[in-house]
Amino acid sequence: MSKIKEKFKQLKSKNESALISYIMAGYPSEKATLAAVRGLIQGGTDIIELGFPFSDPIADGPTIQMASTESLNSGTKINNFFSIVKKIRKESDIPLVLMTYTNILYNQTYEKFILRAKQAGIDGLILPDMAIEESKEYVKAAKKVGMDTIFLVSPNTEKDRLKQIIKSTSGFLYMVAVFGTTGVQTKIHKYTIDALKNTKNAAKGKIPVGVGFGISTDKDVQKYVSSGADAVIVGSANIKIIENTPTSKIQTRIATFTKKLKNKTK
Amino acid sequence: MKIGIPKDGRFGDFGGKYIPETLAPAIEELERNYLKIRNDKNFKKELGRLLIDYAGRPTPIYFARNLTKTVGGAKIYLKREDLLHGGAHKINNTLGQALLAKRMGKKRIIAETGAGQHGVATAMACASLGLKAEIYMGYVDTVRQKQNVFRMELLGAKVHAVKSGSKTLKDAINEAMRDWITNVDSTYYLLGSAVGPHPYPLMVRDFQAVIGVEIKKQMKKIPNAVIACVGGGSNAIGTFYPLIDTNTKIIGIEAGGKGVKTKLHSAPLTAGKKGVLHGMMTYLMQDKDGQISETHSISAGLDYPGVGPEHAYLKDEKRVEYKAVTDNEVIDAFLILTRTEGIIPALESAHAIAHAIKISKKMKKTESIVVTLSGRGDKDIDIVKEYLSKNVKNKRKI
Repeated sequence: MSKIKEKFKQLKSKNESALISYIMAGYPSEKATLAAVRGLIQGGTDIIELGFPFSDPIADGPTIQMASTESLNSGTKINNFFSIVKKIRKESDIPLVLMTYTNILYNQTYEKFILRAKQAGIDGLILPDMAIEESKEYVKAAKKVGMDTIFLVSPNTEKDRLKQIIKSTSGFLYMVAVFGTTGVQTKIHKYTIDALKNTKNAAKGKIPVGVGFGISTDKDVQKYVSSGADAVIVGSANIKIIENTPTSKIQTRIATFTKKLKNKTK
Repeated sequence: MKIGIPKDGRFGDFGGKYIPETLAPAIEELERNYLKIRNDKNFKKELGRLLIDYAGRPTPIYFARNLTKTVGGAKIYLKREDLLHGGAHKINNTLGQALLAKRMGKKRIIAETGAGQHGVATAMACASLGLKAEIYMGYVDTVRQKQNVFRMELLGAKVHAVKSGSKTLKDAINEAMRDWITNVDSTYYLLGSAVGPHPYPLMVRDFQAVIGVEIKKQMKKIPNAVIACVGGGSNAIGTFYPLIDTNTKIIGIEAGGKGVKTKLHSAPLTAGKKGVLHGMMTYLMQDKDGQISETHSISAGLDYPGVGPEHAYLKDEKRVEYKAVTDNEVIDAFLILTRTEGIIPALESAHAIAHAIKISKKMKKTESIVVTLSGRGDKDIDIVKEYLSKNVKNKRKI
């Protein structure tokens, strides 16, 4: 059983939802990333989503775009990323998910990249520009080494397509809460809650459903959890804390914020 | 060789639809509607009329006798897309897509632009069809092509200067895609080149194919070679596609910038590697981690790290030869054409002219070359002036 699957099973037995926390690797430095990871673990997050920057992140809003650019400017390469992952693995066995864009994998071939990620300690992958139609080779390469492939669905994803996506998804299904890019905060729409219900129905008995994009407060977390989300994903809010905090204080501040969010998943 | 509608949106390995899930229903809707109107008589009639009495088609094919004489080789003919309304071939595509958008009931149009030619052509099509246009343009391009920014604004379009990434065409596309993801229900994304997820490369090729169709009709016999410049590749694919099944030699010219051995160029077919960007698999300029490289070209319209997937396919199939020429060669060609024929070409089109000059010398006088002159160069005169002030060698040629 994959680490992610196991985590959801554990949480279910406690009647808890998962908190999934996203940060951008190398933003603003490797040291800051490791401090943030420690803070996330200390605050009780269930799964960590580690971003690897791409030069052209079309699914990301201004906050994560900024973090991507800064991380690349500070010299983050794929080798640095895997070295960060290995360092985290020395301290913790928390499930780790890599979020990046298709070209980063394709560049080295899906097979080679995924094997390397697996060996470094990554448990699942999220590629926001990997459409289900184009994913055959990618899913095959991931299956081969037991890497989870976390696909995204949107509130406008049609029923048949949703079924098809669920078939290729492992770990959890990532439901995008809003029409838009990451981190753009809006009120919680009725269409999102309706879509969550439909997605949960389609995924029932098959895979947990996580909700992400634009979620930044403990109130948001509570609302989605009470509407049935198996997981809630918080990203840009973490980046904003890191942006405004000296490295020496990142761990504490991230831990405090994470604890507040985690409490609402119980 | 027969290509037609690409199966699963792929030209061989290239193309596809690598898109965020939110766009999947929009792309499906677009594909469905496009395939429906593709053979619709009324649509063709309406577009055909607009192309004639609004855009100015057919464009002439002009035998450049002075240029031919100066170079001293094969006869050089120019396909005069620069004479179209707006000053470039872009209007062929914007009229087609704007009509389609209107039929789909979309009232808000967004578009990206590099040199500003596609932005202007979009603004024109939208003004004439009563649609609202918003144009994304890299900040660097808004500075070097500021005249086009004002033209778009005069035409009623809103221009957004994009300050992320390298602040050029690729970033304008990123931002337009983000807008589309956010306003997916109300908005039609009018892509200007033969790039992006399926069905865009097909659609743009179809709308631009009028260029090649006219060349075939206008030339008494099939030319020995046809040449067009390639950025995303819309005027080139429009020129090439109808001639693919003839025996003419087809050559696409990329922006070699300061040379393809330097990093300062925009020639992914000549010096790139396969990858995924902007919804398509194609040749890309990228580093060894897969990060997209910053590009350079003297012409804003060719300053793009990718290329249309059909070109990638035609390269691999060896049906089309792709070459690059440098900024320096482009300026020389610009000057030669201007002086010998009294035609000021866009710097993009001057790439194709530069290569025509190179090869015509080696061809027989009885042979012929058709060069697509994709746009006029008024927008570029400040760039040329600045270049000449720094490069005395070129200046002496005036």
